[in-house]
Amino acid sequence: MQNTFKKLAFIALPITIAATSVSAADEVNIYSYRQQFLIQPMLEAFTAETGIKANVVFAKKGLIERLEHEGKNSPADLLLTSDISPLYYAVATGLTQAVDSDVLEQNIPEQFRDPKDQWFGLTTRARLIYASKDRVAQGEITSYEELADPKWKGRICTRSGKHSYNLTLIGSMIAQHGEADTEQWLTGLKANLARKPQGNDRAQVKAVKEGVCDLALGNSYYFGKMITNEKQPEQKEWANSVNLVFPNQQDRGTHMSISGAALTKYAPNKDNAIKLMEFLSKAQSQAMYAEANFEFPVRPNTKRSALIEQYMGEFKQDSVSLQKVAKLRVDAAKLVDKVGFDN
Amino acid sequence: MQAEPARHETEQLPPLISGRRGYLFGWYSCTWTTALMIALPVLSVFYLALFPEENIWAHLVETVLPVYVITTLQLLFGVGALSIATGVCGAWLVTMCRFPGRRIFEWALLLPFAVPAYVIAYVYTDLLEYSGSLQIFLREIFGWQTARDYWFPDIRTLGGAILMLAMVLYPYIYLLARASFLEQSTTIHDASRTLGCTPFQSFYRVSLPIARPAIAVGLSLVSMETLNDFGTVDYFAVKSMSAGIYDTWLNMNNLGGAAQIASLMMIFVVMLISLERLARSKQRQFHSSDRFKALTGYQLSGWKAWGATLLCALPVITGFVIPVWVLAGYAFSNLDQLWTSDFITHASHSFILSTIAALLTIVIALLLAYSKRLHKKQSLKIAAQFSSLGYAMPGAVLAIGVIIPLAAFDNAVDSLMEEYFNISTGLLLSGTAFAVVFAYVVRFLAVSVGSVESSLNKITESMDMASRSLGLSPLQTLVKVHLPLIKGGILTASLVVFVDCMKELPATLILRPFNYDTLATYVYQFASDEMLEACSLAALLIVLVGIIPVILLSRTISGTRDSN
Repeated sequence: MQNTFKKLAFIALPITIAATSVSAADEVNIYSYRQQFLIQPMLEAFTAETGIKANVVFAKKGLIERLEHEGKNSPADLLLTSDISPLYYAVATGLTQAVDSDVLEQNIPEQFRDPKDQWFGLTTRARLIYASKDRVAQGEITSYEELADPKWKGRICTRSGKHSYNLTLIGSMIAQHGEADTEQWLTGLKANLARKPQGNDRAQVKAVKEGVCDLALGNSYYFGKMITNEKQPEQKEWANSVNLVFPNQQDRGTHMSISGAALTKYAPNKDNAIKLMEFLSKAQSQAMYAEANFEFPVRPNTKRSALIEQYMGEFKQDSVSLQKVAKLRVDAAKLVDKVGFDN
Repeated sequence: MQAEPARHETEQLPPLISGRRGYLFGWYSCTWTTALMIALPVLSVFYLALFPEENIWAHLVETVLPVYVITTLQLLFGVGALSIATGVCGAWLVTMCRFPGRRIFEWALLLPFAVPAYVIAYVYTDLLEYSGSLQIFLREIFGWQTARDYWFPDIRTLGGAILMLAMVLYPYIYLLARASFLEQSTTIHDASRTLGCTPFQSFYRVSLPIARPAIAVGLSLVSMETLNDFGTVDYFAVKSMSAGIYDTWLNMNNLGGAAQIASLMMIFVVMLISLERLARSKQRQFHSSDRFKALTGYQLSGWKAWGATLLCALPVITGFVIPVWVLAGYAFSNLDQLWTSDFITHASHSFILSTIAALLTIVIALLLAYSKRLHKKQSLKIAAQFSSLGYAMPGAVLAIGVIIPLAAFDNAVDSLMEEYFNISTGLLLSGTAFAVVFAYVVRFLAVSVGSVESSLNKITESMDMASRSLGLSPLQTLVKVHLPLIKGGILTASLVVFVDCMKELPATLILRPFNYDTLATYVYQFASDEMLEACSLAALLIVLVGIIPVILLSRTISGTRDSN
């Protein structure tokens, strides 16, 4: 039966050789943690402008491990992620290389890129509190810290504490207050939950609409996705049932996270990959990016989507180093286990 | 066990070895080489577990592991019990009783098998949660305003997960139990009735014990599927071990810790497999000629008949009709946007990969099972069991296990070629369709090994002896004597593997080449974002494609015996 394997290898061989010979052409290969349909319009625009074809593998896990084991022969040029953590992990594992580009440095504020140029943020999003219009007065809650106040007992909904978005938020709390105080805060928040953490961010806003709870934690772009949802109009009702609270405007500002990119260490199409990163940081694609997914452009002074202008306006952003927050992720995850947040 | 079926003294027979040692050694070494290749990914995961970069085992044991283990046991027990109840009950009714709709239920009871667990979980959440049609309807009738006004069972719970998994997994047990009931000799059955058993007693004391090994095989398949299910438990926030594996890997950035939990899960699986072997080793029976005599069956009438119809209809409606109805509703309202040339490409990818994988697993399963029959060596038994371990490994972890040896091989070849010929071969196997097919084979070999083995065991060894003494080689015997006899079992196994591959998600996602989608990855991309309508057509096609083998399967099984 080895024969069968051999035969298969013979079938696979020409295919792979064909594939490798193609990669010599004008291409860029992307391992993406972001869903393909979100980035496809930008990639098509990139191909139209430069003639460079963008190839994508999308998966929500395992791509970094694939990159790691493929080693110097890996075809991947660029890692696209929807979160800082995989970027941080890839850099820490030595899978990336620095990019020296004036364009990127000019377009991306310091806080949203690696001090050593190993990773770059491409869009930002804020972690908001969605508060029920009917049951929570304006100004009744203004900070993440207040979520642990016993007056909210049984009134808060959130997704799993182990989800990236919550882990970076908890990480930023540790960065601000230290581990002991954050544990106390998390215990308080856990005690206030209306139900066991479940579902995605959107499901929490829905729960507010349904009266399961009064406050929900959620990323900012979900609001845009819901309020413009023509296919499932009931989502518009969910969005209309809440006020958006940008926490901590009085002090350090609202917690921000990024989606971003990093150049792989052995990128075979390095120049093309850098071209793509630069392209994604330009005003035009930044506007497109933001428009498509209701995220904030990372580039200052980019026109934000009309919808974001209407509902969100300008707000103060927490300027804590994302590098630091990402580093605290494992500590945050252990805290979540320790207080039994998801149980 | 109340009834001990007739035993043949096969255990004492010498191995089927002729004087040509060299030839048989070929079988032996070939089997081990293949088994080792198949075991490589699992071994890689064990390696990760034993040598983690940072050991967090102590933290896991202290905090979350007990929860994972207990939840997993509850899940296994619940899904197992519910699947046995549904599967055995359905199989007995359609095989031994006559009631309205029986002919349809014979194959319809298999239909839920075509529905992936993650799809059914999405669909039922859509229907049963607060904003789902059912609760809206109830609120309208009773005038309730918010969720605080009434109680409604929450589907996103352990109970919900058990229900979802059992709904789509019971066909494994139904399939095997029915095949076993059909094969049973009418003589034993008639004897039990003559000796005063009621139909139920005859079922409980005779048919059920004889079918027990088949049910045990089905149960072990159900349990392994349950163990490695991630889609449903993740969606329902149930803290099972497979959820724990991903949590440790992705949120703790600790693949080693994840591999440790995965290895612990393997212990569960080894226990399950031994349980199954134990059940099977206790009895051996061979086809007797009277299987070609038609089963008479009990003619049910009145409420009993309609009760039987209802009992059989329930799992079909909940496990198939409702989810398909919902998906079809979405698909048809968005048909123009969904039916594209991309869609056809995705479908062809799914078909090709699944077909190759199904053929390969069958060939390898035949090798393993037949070699074991030839040699009767303990070591070959171990080889077969070893290569079945991949079935219980969560797909994404298995994918990492596949990447490690393939990439190591590619890089070794590359540096050799570089050194001697100054040619860089790059990655030959990693990141190609080969990697995906390899993962499928590793993952689903257990399904076909189990099925081929049990078919092969039913052929009395006098056949081998006759064939061999008439001058055929072991290979010729396999091809000319055994294959025609077990083709039903082979077809069953290959179709089951085919459907499983069509549904496989996590390993496909991680291992696939650039710009390469299958129906499952396409569905996932949208469904994971709770955009069920965007992928309804693809989901529907996975289900519909799954139906074809299901119908063929049912025909083959019914064909083993003309029941009318």
